[in-house]
Amino acid sequence: MNIHEFQAKEILRRYGVATLRNIVASSPDKAKAATQELGGDGPWVVKAQIHAGGRGKGGGVKLVRSPQEAHEFSEAILGRPLVTHQTGPAGRVVHRVLVEEGCQIDRELYLGMVLDRATSRLTVIASAEGGVEIEEIAEKSPEKIFREPIEPVVGLQPFQARKLASALGLPAASVGKFAKFASALYDAVLATDASLVEINPLVLTKGGDLVALDAKMGFDDNALFRHADIRAMRDPNEEDPREVQAQEFDLSYIGLEGNIGCMVNGAGLAMATMDIIKYAGGSPANFLDVGGGANEEKVAAALRIILADPNVKAVFINIFGGIMRCDVLASGVVAAGKQVKLSVPVIVRMEGTNVDQGKKILADSGLNVISVVDMADGAKKAVAAAKA
Amino acid sequence: MSILIGKGTRVVTQGITGSTGQFHTRACKEYGTEMVAGVTPGKGGADFEGIPIFDTVAEARAKTGCNASVIYVPPPFAADAIMEAADAGVELAICITEGIPILDMVRVRRYLAGRQTRLIGPNCPGVITPGECKIGIMPGYIHKPGRIGVVSRSGTLTYEAVHQLTGLGIGQSTCVGIGGDPVNGTNFIDVLELFNADPDTEGVILIGEIGGSAEEEAADYVRREMKKPVAGFIAGQTAPKGKRMGHAGAIIAGGKGTAADKIEALKAAGVRVAASPADLGTTMRDALAR
Repeated sequence: MNIHEFQAKEILRRYGVATLRNIVASSPDKAKAATQELGGDGPWVVKAQIHAGGRGKGGGVKLVRSPQEAHEFSEAILGRPLVTHQTGPAGRVVHRVLVEEGCQIDRELYLGMVLDRATSRLTVIASAEGGVEIEEIAEKSPEKIFREPIEPVVGLQPFQARKLASALGLPAASVGKFAKFASALYDAVLATDASLVEINPLVLTKGGDLVALDAKMGFDDNALFRHADIRAMRDPNEEDPREVQAQEFDLSYIGLEGNIGCMVNGAGLAMATMDIIKYAGGSPANFLDVGGGANEEKVAAALRIILADPNVKAVFINIFGGIMRCDVLASGVVAAGKQVKLSVPVIVRMEGTNVDQGKKILADSGLNVISVVDMADGAKKAVAAAKA
Repeated sequence: MSILIGKGTRVVTQGITGSTGQFHTRACKEYGTEMVAGVTPGKGGADFEGIPIFDTVAEARAKTGCNASVIYVPPPFAADAIMEAADAGVELAICITEGIPILDMVRVRRYLAGRQTRLIGPNCPGVITPGECKIGIMPGYIHKPGRIGVVSRSGTLTYEAVHQLTGLGIGQSTCVGIGGDPVNGTNFIDVLELFNADPDTEGVILIGEIGGSAEEEAADYVRREMKKPVAGFIAGQTAPKGKRMGHAGAIIAGGKGTAADKIEALKAAGVRVAASPADLGTTMRDALAR
């Protein structure tokens, strides 16, 4: 799960990570008032709040020199989609701006923490090249990226922070501040089960302080059960409405661009089903894993969500019943067929537990369902049906 | 012969009184697995269909000599259950539970270092040596005893591979689901080493998916060490970047972990990679014939 910059900064501040003073605003008037409340002579920075990077280049961030300018800029971006290289061509509608005090920037650095799967440890990633995407640095000049794996028993140690500070070429007076910043960041990650935190840029001010100019946090979905406060930060405006609906039924759904809807049990088989559709010359409309213990209601909900996508011209159901029983799947399809019109051909491949009962239920239902014997055949028929 | 489990494996179920634990303990027992004990804190002294239940794994181990554990404990308590199995000295812990927080698993991995317990999973279907011992949630009847090893990050896709093999008359020595999470106990290389050393395994199917670099590392091992033919498949060739495809481990981050990279690495190591998941069985057959 991802959150907005203003939410990430709010969390990080709680753990002692240095940020600039800021106020979230949902209207031009409030943005103007925010600059006045923050005070000083400016300039201030007004930043569009959407879950995507590249906001600066996309025109969603502006240095403003007067409260009136904050008003004007907010008026120009609020309520409108902002397009960045991460949003896709449709962009994301900006519902809030963050108004922040300015600072005197000496250097822009990068500091992040993420799980290193190879070592199964959280790892600090730092670079002196802040303000650009870390992936870009990793590709062009990997030697400019420094890593420190964190031993989970003892946590991030001061010497590790000093090593990084030295690699980044920080002045002696700022090394202690950097160690404090990194340690606070680690505390925040541990306490919130963050799967990713990125401070980009981390700014070294002319006064020698270190401050998070931007902040991005993502959280481990598996750990959200123990973080009600973070769950409450979910912003449905930032999510595909189909995915939000699927979550209500505990379905794992991801919307894609193609025209063949997929319903599969198991994540690996679901991905493989998308692949075989592509291999057969078609294009999947979604990833959907109904899970191992799916019941009739869940199957029906899954089919409704797939059919609600206007791009879908055919549906391919591919179930290998282990825990999931084929008769339960078939009953779910029949139940969905009663609730919504099966407006497109539905191709069903079933194998495993109670497969004969499942096939009989579908055959007796009178629904327009095409039964196939294996994955390859199913994909071929789904592709043909979608083109017809 | 086989790897990890076989005749002589004595299994304790952690979380035996939950509905999943009950269902699969029964199914494994019916398959012929020696299910010797169950553990549910607070339910010690009771039994499940004749299988004695204990409060702790240590007690189950002392009283029954169990040497493998299967864990169905819900996600918030699963990390604790794995560490309890390790503390009791159980040689093999197979964690089926899906949805364990990643940082819990980071701590578990550290806890297991230097201990004798091998962890399989979490978020996996388990391990089966067909005809001898089944530990986990896979449908037993699709398997057939034989000489092909299967190792996979995915559950149902493994069933698909096994089903195709059995359909071609090719049996399996042992099938190992290593799980779909980013932090797990046993990786591809660990299992490939075991298959490589197992005289009764003739060839191996390796089923990977997008995310991480476990398949690339496995490819490197195959190139250097593997004496037996390997067939492979990578799921997620059509997956978009930055989206988690069901499994917590299946996410392409920053252009890394793509299916194309993994397929290329496997091919370069001499692995026969099936272009379509429908060709898993025939690709293995062809690799054997080479």
